[in-house]
Amino acid sequence: MKKVFERPKSMFSVPTHYCPGCGHGIVHRLLAEVIDEFGIRERVVGVAPVGCSVFLYNYINCDMYEAAHGRAPAIATGCKRVHPDLIIFTYQGDGDLASIGTAEIIHAANRGENITVLFLNNAVYGMTGGQMAPTTILGQKTTTSPFGRAPKREGYPIRIAEMLATLEGATYIARVSVHSPRAIIAAKRALKKAFEIQINGLGFSLVEFLSPCPTGWGMSSTEATKWVEEKMIPTFPLGEFKVPKSEKSLK
Amino acid sequence: MGEKVLITGNEAIGEAAIRAGCRFFFGYPITPQNKIPEYLSYRLPQVGGCFLQAESEIAAIYMVFGAAGAGARVLTSSSGPGISLKQEGISYISAAELPCVIVNVMRGGPGLGGILPSQSDYFQATKGGGHGDYHLLVLAPSTVQEAVNLVMDAFDLADKYRNPVIVLADGYIGQMMEPVEFKEKPPKVLPAKDWAVTGARNRQRNLVKSLYLDPEELEQHNLKLHRKYLEMAENEVRVETYLTGDADIIIAAYGTVARIAKTAIKILREKGIKVGMVRPITLFPFPYETFAKISEKVDDILVVEMSLGQMIEDVKLGVCGRANVHFYGRVGGMVPTYDEIVVQIEEIVKAEVT
Repeated sequence: MKKVFERPKSMFSVPTHYCPGCGHGIVHRLLAEVIDEFGIRERVVGVAPVGCSVFLYNYINCDMYEAAHGRAPAIATGCKRVHPDLIIFTYQGDGDLASIGTAEIIHAANRGENITVLFLNNAVYGMTGGQMAPTTILGQKTTTSPFGRAPKREGYPIRIAEMLATLEGATYIARVSVHSPRAIIAAKRALKKAFEIQINGLGFSLVEFLSPCPTGWGMSSTEATKWVEEKMIPTFPLGEFKVPKSEKSLK
Repeated sequence: MGEKVLITGNEAIGEAAIRAGCRFFFGYPITPQNKIPEYLSYRLPQVGGCFLQAESEIAAIYMVFGAAGAGARVLTSSSGPGISLKQEGISYISAAELPCVIVNVMRGGPGLGGILPSQSDYFQATKGGGHGDYHLLVLAPSTVQEAVNLVMDAFDLADKYRNPVIVLADGYIGQMMEPVEFKEKPPKVLPAKDWAVTGARNRQRNLVKSLYLDPEELEQHNLKLHRKYLEMAENEVRVETYLTGDADIIIAAYGTVARIAKTAIKILREKGIKVGMVRPITLFPFPYETFAKISEKVDDILVVEMSLGQMIEDVKLGVCGRANVHFYGRVGGMVPTYDEIVVQIEEIVKAEVT
């Protein structure tokens, strides 16, 4: 019988520590599939963040760094400058990338560092217990915005993809979601493109994933996927915000 | 080589790093060390290396983390306020056991402080500086030539111990011009960097990390680091003793201050006061043993620093109450003169007589 579904080779055969309904596992799997499909596992280096996905290295089988909060793009820069032939990705959450690490991500993008960034946006600080994130949407209640995020008090959710797309150094910037099978297929396409851009030496690529966090949001898994669709996407529209000048430069 | 060149300390430090095989520099401008990045920004490309001016001191130290973790010899340099910003990364680098060299050309603090020479970062360099239980190997040059030699040694020491090494210079060492010789060193046999992140080709994957959620595991990691520091104390202490053989009084000083103290000692000896000096070259590990021995022979030790008393705490630990420990310091970019040191010693002598 033909095998139609199996664990990607770049993934360790272990259960993850993520909560039921969390999007991290999906994004991990997409990452592993893309690494396998390009056949690059032996020259891939990952940089894991501080946050729920700090243990990324327990699931993806490649050389990896564990970064300090927000600093993954700087570490990736240091590694890439030493080994330009390696394929380097960072995996960062919204607190990590869009709050404490804004300087690092903006300047890595602006330098056009030839790295790929996986940015998981779930509108909340997951690991520390559901505090407000820079991407928490207006009205959203968290453990540190108990009255709902109000612009006068907590400011606005930050749209990283749109912001980074304004930088000349960035080559490919896209926002996708993992709340439905259809969205996941599109997400993989974007991630594959992002890696392809790095493999071809075309510069900085980033894919923002909208991802459910049922625990942090105090919802069931089903409610959470619905919340992504109905609440998050209107604030964070999906799409490609920056593509290489010549799409033909891709294979 | 073997030829002498007249060069500023900052440029000499940059060149010494290149001679030691360093090909990567990540940094951020700050006075009084700007000549180091400026020099390396054109020198490193000449030797196939990479110079990158980072967006911040914080980013710079994590680029160092990335390059060191990738197995490269890598340098960063800064001064007090910038070194403060780097502390988080230095803690992570120490925890992940990555070799790198950090140069601090010290200026006066705290806060923005000033831009003139100081030794006010002794505590920060020798007692940890960032969070957690760790130490850096700290080297303190007192001439530009010594800065060159120590920077070259620093890369070997960093690789040997898989630990960051900090070269603690003051603004004088950085900005003063002196004749310098870059001596070829025979290459050291150092442990292979088989832990580095290079792509998991035909081997198990490598992981550069510092998180240990299991307390027993973290304790084992802490103890492993601690054993390294004990090993440094056993093997790497460097100290210069100057005219200590017949001395009745000892001056303890490091860096630029030690040079000034030598002039004071000459004047005092002409006056018939037998003064010697102990000059720590490694501030961590500290030469406690030298101070323990000397304190059995003399009654008085004068510590002179460009701070309000930082190294004096280590001197006292070495002396352990066996001799009187006196202090003289100037701060804020003010430098003690040899005349001032002479007066301090004469007062100690006067007090002993009366």
